[in-house]
Amino acid sequence: MIRLENITKTFKVKGNEITAVKDVSLHIKKGEIFGIIGFSGAGKSTLVRCMNLLELPTAGSVFFDGHDLVKAGSKELRDYRKKIGMIFQQFNLLEQRTVIANVCYPLELIGLRKKEAVSRARELLRIVDLSDKELSYPSQLSGGQKQRVAIARALATNPEVLLCDEATSALDPLTTRGVLSLIEKINKELGVTIVVITHEMKVVEQICSRVAVMNKGVVEETGTVKDIFLNPKSDTGRKLVLSGDDKSVPQSDKETIRIVFDGISSYEPVFANLILETGVKLNIMGANTEDIGGSAYGQILIERPDEASTELIRKYLNKAGVGFEELPALGKK
Amino acid sequence: MNEQIIGLIWQGIAETFYMVTVSTVFAYLIGIPLGVILNITGTNGIRPARALNLAVGFIINVIRSVPFLILLVAILPFTRLIAGTTIGSTATIVPLVVAAAPFVARMVESSLKEVDAGVIEAAKAMGSSDWQIIWKVLLAEARPSLAVGGVIAFTTILGYSAMAGFVGGGGLGAIAVNYGYYRYKTDVMLITVAVLVIIVQVFQEAGIYIVNRLDKRINKS
Repeated sequence: MIRLENITKTFKVKGNEITAVKDVSLHIKKGEIFGIIGFSGAGKSTLVRCMNLLELPTAGSVFFDGHDLVKAGSKELRDYRKKIGMIFQQFNLLEQRTVIANVCYPLELIGLRKKEAVSRARELLRIVDLSDKELSYPSQLSGGQKQRVAIARALATNPEVLLCDEATSALDPLTTRGVLSLIEKINKELGVTIVVITHEMKVVEQICSRVAVMNKGVVEETGTVKDIFLNPKSDTGRKLVLSGDDKSVPQSDKETIRIVFDGISSYEPVFANLILETGVKLNIMGANTEDIGGSAYGQILIERPDEASTELIRKYLNKAGVGFEELPALGKK
Repeated sequence: MNEQIIGLIWQGIAETFYMVTVSTVFAYLIGIPLGVILNITGTNGIRPARALNLAVGFIINVIRSVPFLILLVAILPFTRLIAGTTIGSTATIVPLVVAAAPFVARMVESSLKEVDAGVIEAAKAMGSSDWQIIWKVLLAEARPSLAVGGVIAFTTILGYSAMAGFVGGGGLGAIAVNYGYYRYKTDVMLITVAVLVIIVQVFQEAGIYIVNRLDKRINKS
């Protein structure tokens, strides 16, 4: 769907050259929810802006459905942009337009007649569950509602891709979850390919299928969310998995085992069974789990007991199909 | 005070409104495109063009630097060319427009600068052309601020128009000068000044009231 080849972007700031993105190649497949995660300043926003050429890459190619956008003419580029929706952290709604007029904006661009545009906009507002706010102005809406309007607006022209640039970073956790569910629904029901930029592992965990970890303009690793969550190979990946969250799991100065819940049923008392079956007295060093729609996500860090007990734990976790990782004591790496 | 003078003042009011309204309209017809050019060709504009931006900015600064009374006299040949005469209300419109358009251009530029860069970026991401961004985003989103500028421009042009009374312009300014200044009729001068004060007050207050009604950013639930 979107293929980035050797993208580099440098900015000139007061005579200094700053490389925000360095030789990044990525392939986002049709129908997937692809996450790009990294700490702030990693270059992920610049990278996503290269996907619809809001930033012109200094070097490299951006292929959308096989067409090189860098080589496209300005009219051609505008037509491609209509197939690539985008939402932002700050929503970026037109403040002087009502909700429905905001959703109508992209429809005006394609020259749709007003009556048809309004009926299409109503349909979209139904999808994002805001039918009752049609005539409100953005200043009268909450953050979550504004982002829903932005989503409806981005979807108006039936895009094939939706780029989400820190779309939930300005929202509280509950609203974040609602907006993420909506994005997931759009992916499943409308078949829209989605690219999510975030600094929160939680977001990636909840909706992404694959993820790229970025640091200092470089993609350090790419893989399924499960792989990276279970066994992060890069330093940044490890930091994000272990403490990239506000509810972070502290790393320990003792040897530990990290037990990872990546969507197994939350109705199953896995942890209790682990203790009962192995008979090992487990010491929890930290935990961060969450129930998202009946599935358990997150991790529990336990102190690694002696080798015999650890073997029992390994056996049990393998049998139960729960991922884990044994970590050395901090500082003894 | 005799009826003749009252009639004169009414006529002055009508002339002043004619001059100021027509001048404001023309000043905006010229000032909006100039303001848009200044905005979009600026460093952070949608079509950066440094040379054009500096050139337009320079011309605007030069005209704005010239005191209005000097400008009024300096462009008399131009005024005659456009209006056919240099005396009366219609002739006064020419220098008023020349003086006000650059000022309006700067106010339009600053109003457009207030439009959130993120909103412009979103419009670009939706595939808007530059024209669509100018019409549907820049000018539309800056509407309340442009309207505030309009009120300021109207009252400023009103002030200029009174000055034009010294060199044969029409309106209340001419009455104040001809009767009050040259013939020492202090009462006539005071009345015209009072009328001007009232006009400015009414326009300022009514204008701002309308602007507040217009601005959708203010929370009204």
